[in-house]
Amino acid sequence: MLVRPKPGILDPQGQAVESSLRHLGFAVAETRVGKLVELDVDADDEAGARSQLERMCEQLLANPLIESYEIEFRGHA
Amino acid sequence: MSAAAEQPLVAVPVFPGSNDDRDAVAALERVGARARRLWHDAGALPDGTAAVVLPGGFSYGDYLRCGAIARFSPVMRAVTAFAEDGGLVLGICNGFQILTEAGLLPGVLRPNASLSFVCRDVRVRVERDDLAFTRRVSEGDELTIPVKHGEGCWFADAALLAELEANRQIVLRYAPGGNPNGSVGDVAGVCNERGNVLGLMPHPEHAVDPLLGSVDGALILGSLVDAARLSAEALV
Repeated sequence: MLVRPKPGILDPQGQAVESSLRHLGFAVAETRVGKLVELDVDADDEAGARSQLERMCEQLLANPLIESYEIEFRGHA
Repeated sequence: MSAAAEQPLVAVPVFPGSNDDRDAVAALERVGARARRLWHDAGALPDGTAAVVLPGGFSYGDYLRCGAIARFSPVMRAVTAFAEDGGLVLGICNGFQILTEAGLLPGVLRPNASLSFVCRDVRVRVERDDLAFTRRVSEGDELTIPVKHGEGCWFADAALLAELEANRQIVLRYAPGGNPNGSVGDVAGVCNERGNVLGLMPHPEHAVDPLLGSVDGALILGSLVDAARLSAEALV
């Protein structure tokens, strides 16, 4: 799950990282710093897993006031 | 009046990583309360609890987001039920963060705009004096109370902020030019619509003795204890 600051939300961490990257000579802009949460989930099928992951994001992993999330699915073991 | 009502009982939940709980207890007792710390796995508040103070610190190491994990502690179910019944709940710093994450207070606390931890006295203006938490102060008063936080930048989008302003839920504001963290609207403290839950980033428990540089924090805690005494009297 990728959790990132919503567009328009000030991201001081992203700004600090961008400033460092510029000092290193990279011409970068719009740097945003988010979070990556990786986990294994037990579910019967992908739809079931996805619905659990969405609930995890809604209830805990992202704060909807300031963060959006994306779910990336890597199949099953 | 019974002894219990004279010295109302204030519960101070302690989470792994809380570190201002003892100061909160000492400050509350100084302004006339009986204060009792209780561990976060408590399923209920002590009998006769007249108010709750959620202390500052770094609950659960501030993992994920400040307050996001403490919110699911068993004691928070009891605190939420207490607040929903109209009980007085004050959240200080990390306690404020927990209350926003729990949905008991509006907005969210984010990393300071400066990205630096800030630890100093700030001036805050009292925006309303008709709450349990502001009985001993007057609207327009400026109080000197210290802040010490890395994530105290309160945020609400424009629509939410306008709604809170209209409802008069902004209770404390940093004095002009003195915003230490980039909070929108210079907000230092905000209450719920009903006015029985307040969160603030400054630490009133650290401003209760002249040796600490200010006694203004005692005005907030003393107000809370006065109000808690009245609610305790109503119960006996």
